[in-house]
Amino acid sequence: MILLLLLLLPASASAHTRGGEALGFLSGLQHPVSGLDHVFAMIAVGLWGAQLGAPAVWLLPVTFPMVMAFGGMLGLMGLRLPGIEIGIALSAIALGFAVCTEARPQLWVAALLVAFFAVFHGHAHGTELPPGANGILYSIGFVIATGTLHAVGISIGLVHRWPAGRLALRAAGAIVALAGVVFLWRAMS
Amino acid sequence: MKTKSGQSVFRIFRPFWSFEVVSNFEFRISGFLAWFAVAAIVLPEPAQAHLMNTGFGPFYDGLTHLFVTPEDLLPVIALSLLGGLRGPRGARAVLFTLPLAWFAASGVGLLVGLPLTLPAATAAVTIVLGALVAADMPLPVQLVAALAILLGLLNGGLNGSELAKAHSGGLGALGVACALFAVIALLAGQIVSLRTAWARVVVRVAGSWVTAIGLFMLGWALRGS
Repeated sequence: MILLLLLLLPASASAHTRGGEALGFLSGLQHPVSGLDHVFAMIAVGLWGAQLGAPAVWLLPVTFPMVMAFGGMLGLMGLRLPGIEIGIALSAIALGFAVCTEARPQLWVAALLVAFFAVFHGHAHGTELPPGANGILYSIGFVIATGTLHAVGISIGLVHRWPAGRLALRAAGAIVALAGVVFLWRAMS
Repeated sequence: MKTKSGQSVFRIFRPFWSFEVVSNFEFRISGFLAWFAVAAIVLPEPAQAHLMNTGFGPFYDGLTHLFVTPEDLLPVIALSLLGGLRGPRGARAVLFTLPLAWFAASGVGLLVGLPLTLPAATAAVTIVLGALVAADMPLPVQLVAALAILLGLLNGGLNGSELAKAHSGGLGALGVACALFAVIALLAGQIVSLRTAWARVVVRVAGSWVTAIGLFMLGWALRGS
């Protein structure tokens, strides 16, 4: 009888505390490509790196995600930065202008410029996370998407070896810079 | 140890299936204890959240744990890349020191059951290891091994505490160590075999990605949610 009673005793089920894995990863993957301002700026980083050649071709795409993540960390911690949207728009203008004019500054200047604007992009992303999503997987998806956009930019930038390709890249830079002006207009209004 | 009647006190633990002739009273006590023990064994307990429940037992739970825990896997990937970039000696150093240190620390964690998690420390280690890969620092093999031991002690100890909560025990820790060995062998082996300069650059880019994810992890940890 005691055995039967004990067997019938109800037990509480502890719910699994983790969740939102798929939502987190997919949200992170979608986030950088969900806004044209981010897409243009990140592809422009790849294009500029391809124009500059080694070692900038890999140094800029290495710098951008790390500093962007630092900006994201500041956003996650709740530290506010002024003029985030303006900074993002200016990044498209500056990077587009650099690609358009085939600017060749010193390596550290190029890295510093990319790093400066990466903070704004990272901060914007760091403050946005869908409710219920897994934070770490969101971050993984986010970084992978960002890196892939750089890789797309570098791949397109490989046409730089041909004269017509160089011209096309400069035209692409002009388009990015013009789009940046539109983004800036929207941010200011 | 004897009672006043000169009998061993351990007689109460006599199994109920004992055929030794005992007094009627003793037999009833033994029978009651036995049934109580059986009842206690089959008593449904509150379901605890497992680290990973494959249904194949604690070893396989431990084996798969690493692959569903990005905060554990990322620094291991970074260290494998770092070891691989340092050539066969660096790869071997990581291959043997990390699983051993992780397993040993898991044992301590299982025994002690540390009631804490250190997400900020784990994130900081991930950031440092990823940055070392991105910078392709020419570290001596001894330092690479020391980093492997440090990571193993930190994450292994925390892992052991989690395994203790999930009742996975030593077999679970062994499963984690085997998964670590496989991951490091596959990754570091591939990196060692790379010959072209651009392939090395790709590894460095991967290191920067790990650092970026680590920075986000630190942000989540400091935010506290």
